[in-house]
Amino acid sequence: MDPADDTVLYRMARAESLSIVHLDSFAAVYHRASGITHLITAPAPEILATLGEAGMTRVALLERLARDYALGDADAEVLRERLDELVATGLVSRA
Amino acid sequence: MKHVFSVAIGPVGFRIGSDWRAPIAQLETLYGAYPKPAGDVPDFTVRLFAARPWRRVLRPSVMIGGDFVLPEAAPLPLAQGLLAAEMGMNLQMALGQRRYLLLHASVVERDGEALVMTGVSGAGKSTLAALLSLRGWRLMGDEFALLDPETGQLYAFPRLVSLKNASIATVAAEAAEDRFGPLLEGTPKGTIRHFVPDAQAITTMTQPACPALILFPSFGFEPAARDVSPSEVFVRLTQASTNYVALGERGFDALTRLVTSVPARAIDYPDTASAIAQVEAAWAAR
Amino acid sequence: MGRALMFRAPDGRLLARALRLPESTLELDAEGWTALLAIARAEQMLGTLAWRLGEVAVPPAVGRILGDAARSAEQGRVVALWEAEAARRALAPLGERIVLLKGTAFVAADLRAGQGRSIGDLDILVPRAALDRVEAALLDAGWEWVKPDPYDDAYYRQWMHELPPLIHRDRDRMIDVHHTILPLTARITPNAAALLADAVEVAPGLWALSPEDMVVHAAAHLFADGDLAGGIRNLWDIDQLCRQFAVTQPDFYVSLYERASEEGLSAQVQRALRLCWQLYDTPAVGYTSPIRIDLNKRWSDRLYLRRVTARDGWGRATRPVTRMAFYIRSHWLRMPPAMLARHLWTKWRKGGAGPASG
Repeated sequence: MDPADDTVLYRMARAESLSIVHLDSFAAVYHRASGITHLITAPAPEILATLGEAGMTRVALLERLARDYALGDADAEVLRERLDELVATGLVSRA
Repeated sequence: MKHVFSVAIGPVGFRIGSDWRAPIAQLETLYGAYPKPAGDVPDFTVRLFAARPWRRVLRPSVMIGGDFVLPEAAPLPLAQGLLAAEMGMNLQMALGQRRYLLLHASVVERDGEALVMTGVSGAGKSTLAALLSLRGWRLMGDEFALLDPETGQLYAFPRLVSLKNASIATVAAEAAEDRFGPLLEGTPKGTIRHFVPDAQAITTMTQPACPALILFPSFGFEPAARDVSPSEVFVRLTQASTNYVALGERGFDALTRLVTSVPARAIDYPDTASAIAQVEAAWAAR
Repeated sequence: MGRALMFRAPDGRLLARALRLPESTLELDAEGWTALLAIARAEQMLGTLAWRLGEVAVPPAVGRILGDAARSAEQGRVVALWEAEAARRALAPLGERIVLLKGTAFVAADLRAGQGRSIGDLDILVPRAALDRVEAALLDAGWEWVKPDPYDDAYYRQWMHELPPLIHRDRDRMIDVHHTILPLTARITPNAAALLADAVEVAPGLWALSPEDMVVHAAAHLFADGDLAGGIRNLWDIDQLCRQFAVTQPDFYVSLYERASEEGLSAQVQRALRLCWQLYDTPAVGYTSPIRIDLNKRWSDRLYLRRVTARDGWGRATRPVTRMAFYIRSHWLRMPPAMLARHLWTKWRKGGAGPASG
């Protein structure tokens, strides 16, 4: 396990900076801070909802996702990729 | 500039300046029934000019300029000056329009409700719009649909309908000769002929309509139809819009409202008769 | 059109006058408005004009156009600030000062010069010693080289004051990373360390030049880096910066002249202030003591003003002779003569000499 898994905090962008419209299995997200629209699908909405603005470590996030959403494929590697994508969009920040 | 023509198309005003008389004379004829820009202040300026002074007379070629330009836009021969003017006006809309969400689509209206047809070039949206306008529909536009973020209504942009290649004969078979502009051969898009919208489309062009159905037509296939999911419509319409990003949250709100409230269908058709029948069937079932 | 303008074809002065005296637009007719809007668009100042005319009664058709421009500028502001934030996130681990330049700095610091302003690329200033690490961090965060051209690349790295431009692969926005505010080929070499040391933090982790340096940089940029292109906007920036800073700093102009003198840019700053005064009535003050600053009109200012306002009522660039003179001149300033010849030769061989016309 990467040592950063237990120390780095991940946070969702401020809630008031997001406008989310659920279309079908996809949700359209307008990020007011960047002016960029993202089209997201599972597990991205679940990750955003779970992280919240308070933030949590990747280990904690994985546990919560497995518990709350029974995500069968919630292994650490997949989660890392999804999180990195969300960080690249600015919807999640790393501190 | 030496020669000038101003015109309002739907809610948008243009001023076209030209180094030559000929394109302006053609615009004056074909847009003769259109009003002038509101308050005589156009939204956009288009310039048709010679790259070098001697190119006004010697192998004259028309450069397209204006408020907004593409550096790579190649000049056209003077005989295609009308096309240059139309391309210049389209370019201003594509690059400069900030009031309405611009969708690359044709629109027709019946009973205050609008049918939006969009898809890649060659899918026949211009031809379909022209044919439907000859069957009791109001032509709102063959190139751009203007979605108003404030109201969710569609505004008309009934410029001259740009018919290409085989579709020229298809429409000419049903419409009077005086509805057509000059035949422009050998253009970068092949043979082009402009079709003038009817008087009703012009006199009612400032009246918006409520979007009621979105169609994605595809020409050249056996007749078929399917529903299109809101997320697919959303993606396809962002790709069919030149100013979605520039409009920011207004664009997002307008588009999510459209795709969550208006049904969308994809239709395939082998010929125009089948296309008209499929459009009418989809409209009846909306 | 207004009486004063009736017998003269409109040029950039029509825009300058509307910015200086918004109520002067009350006397415009439809033709005058059409020319003003076309000139403002061509100078990329329609958003600024919309902001300035916010309190003035304008015809409805004009109001719609200005309203669109104001919203468009606001969206541009959001995007520019996000680009700065993206750079901050990418560069934060380096622990270096990231100093925003030009339009992005104006909006990040919430200055009047940023109101309605159109903003293009993101320009940042970083310590020269950190350049390699900055480059690596940006490449790692999704920025890519714009053009893999060996000549241009070597030229940039050896002589310019910036890395070759980078573009972000997802957001399609350019970043210019500077390590000083003038090319190393220019005979003037401002003290980059002092620029960085005196910078002020305008948002967490984002810095802007000090007020004096901001004006000095704007003046240096106008005369040395841009063949006076966009001069009417650059001078507006300087006018607004000076007016705003002079309110909170009673001796702003003294410290500005001192700073300009330290940077070897006194002549540029004084020229800029003289032009600002003639275009925008900028209330810059001259001094005889402790330093001698004479802001009276010079004959040569006329040539500069002719160049800066060379724009007709169709938005076309006019006065090509003046334009070319300034193009050659701006290269002369940036590069010693032999290098200039080599540079132009390389450009000609590639078929791209001279500024665009039309």
